[in-house]
Amino acid sequence: MKIDSIANGIVLDHIQAGKSMELYRYLNLDALDCSVAIIKNARSNKMGRKDVLKIDSLIDLDLDMLGYLDPNITVSIIRNGTVERKLHLAPPQRLVNIKKCNNPRCITSVERGLDQVFIMRDGVYRCLYCDGEK
Amino acid sequence: MRHLIDIGDLAVGEIDELIAVAEDIMAHPAKYAEVCRGKQLATLFFEPSTRTRLSFESAMLALGGSVIGFSSADSSSATKGESVADTTRTVGCYADIIAMRHPKEGAPMAAALKSYVPVINAGDGGHNHPTQTLTDLLTIREELGRLGDFTIGMCGDLKFGRTVHSLSSALARYAGIRFVFISPDELRIPDYLRLSLLRQGFGIEETASLEGAIGELDVLYMTRVQRERFFNEADYVRLKDSYILDAAKLSLAREKMLVLHPLPRVNEIAPEVDDDPRACYFRQMRYGKFIRMALIMKLLEVRP
Repeated sequence: MKIDSIANGIVLDHIQAGKSMELYRYLNLDALDCSVAIIKNARSNKMGRKDVLKIDSLIDLDLDMLGYLDPNITVSIIRNGTVERKLHLAPPQRLVNIKKCNNPRCITSVERGLDQVFIMRDGVYRCLYCDGEK
Repeated sequence: MRHLIDIGDLAVGEIDELIAVAEDIMAHPAKYAEVCRGKQLATLFFEPSTRTRLSFESAMLALGGSVIGFSSADSSSATKGESVADTTRTVGCYADIIAMRHPKEGAPMAAALKSYVPVINAGDGGHNHPTQTLTDLLTIREELGRLGDFTIGMCGDLKFGRTVHSLSSALARYAGIRFVFISPDELRIPDYLRLSLLRQGFGIEETASLEGAIGELDVLYMTRVQRERFFNEADYVRLKDSYILDAAKLSLAREKMLVLHPLPRVNEIAPEVDDDPRACYFRQMRYGKFIRMALIMKLLEVRP
């Protein structure tokens, strides 16, 4: 299978096999006008199988969201046909409006206009407001 | 500007400082009688309360300040659908400091994020109640003489009991505390609290037997099974009288053991216990006023 190489854009590599469509939706890639290639089940020495997303434009990516969804993803920024930067992600300390608190007693269940915030504590994301576990 | 949302917002040194100021207020009340002259406290109580609201109000009045506020959501614009954030911003235009109680967990945090003035969490659902914790710490310090090296038993509703959660977290910052959690299986402490204490190296014991544990305690912290925390009335009825401290059980306790209770009580402490010198819960309420005076002063940054 041949996918055109990118001149200016972003490659999300080492996505866990089968997860690329989930990322595609979370990142709202369907709203883009540029070409987006979704490569599923590509062979990988490191992972066996992996997914890859190629975005033919230098868009602003929510790296916190990506790091939360899959911290093993590698992000390559391509400029003028060469890899300008390669980013290795980590789970973010703070998640803002990525997940909703599911505690019905939490103020976020009734208060309008309140950001849904989770903070990483002792390796677990907890709601900023009620300490509920994600 | 500082808020007090969670007892963890205060460093141990700050808690010790508040306790020292509260002790000084008890010894020299006249010295503090005018320190908040011209300042207003707003008590925003979206949920009923006797002790906490009145002790905040009494504390502010004893400092020479004044008080505005409401004592139920029905008498606020919350009935019209106003958000906590908007109510807080409104009140911040009139008052210098806010004490908020709300049935939803995290409401005071949501308020603090938008507030122009310091916000004190006066209890948010089953979550936190930091000024009760400060009260408990002052009570233990005054009655036991130390804030470390003792065994405390927490008894009753340890799942929804916010006072237990806050006090356990606060005591975990002092040395030599051993925790004994006494509850029915359905009301055991939350996993996060158990894990947190274990990770910090504390010895904890969980048991269903008050009689079995009471003899080894220096402090017994009784709690009420709270009807308002249950979605299911049948569960409440089944569990509400799980533990009742009476004279017979108290006879198994050490001579100097302290009995604390955040109050109100229902059936969990028999009236016959009230006159036992080990019963501290009425003196505990009095300590609550003094520690709240110290806290208001700290957040308003005023001194005598």
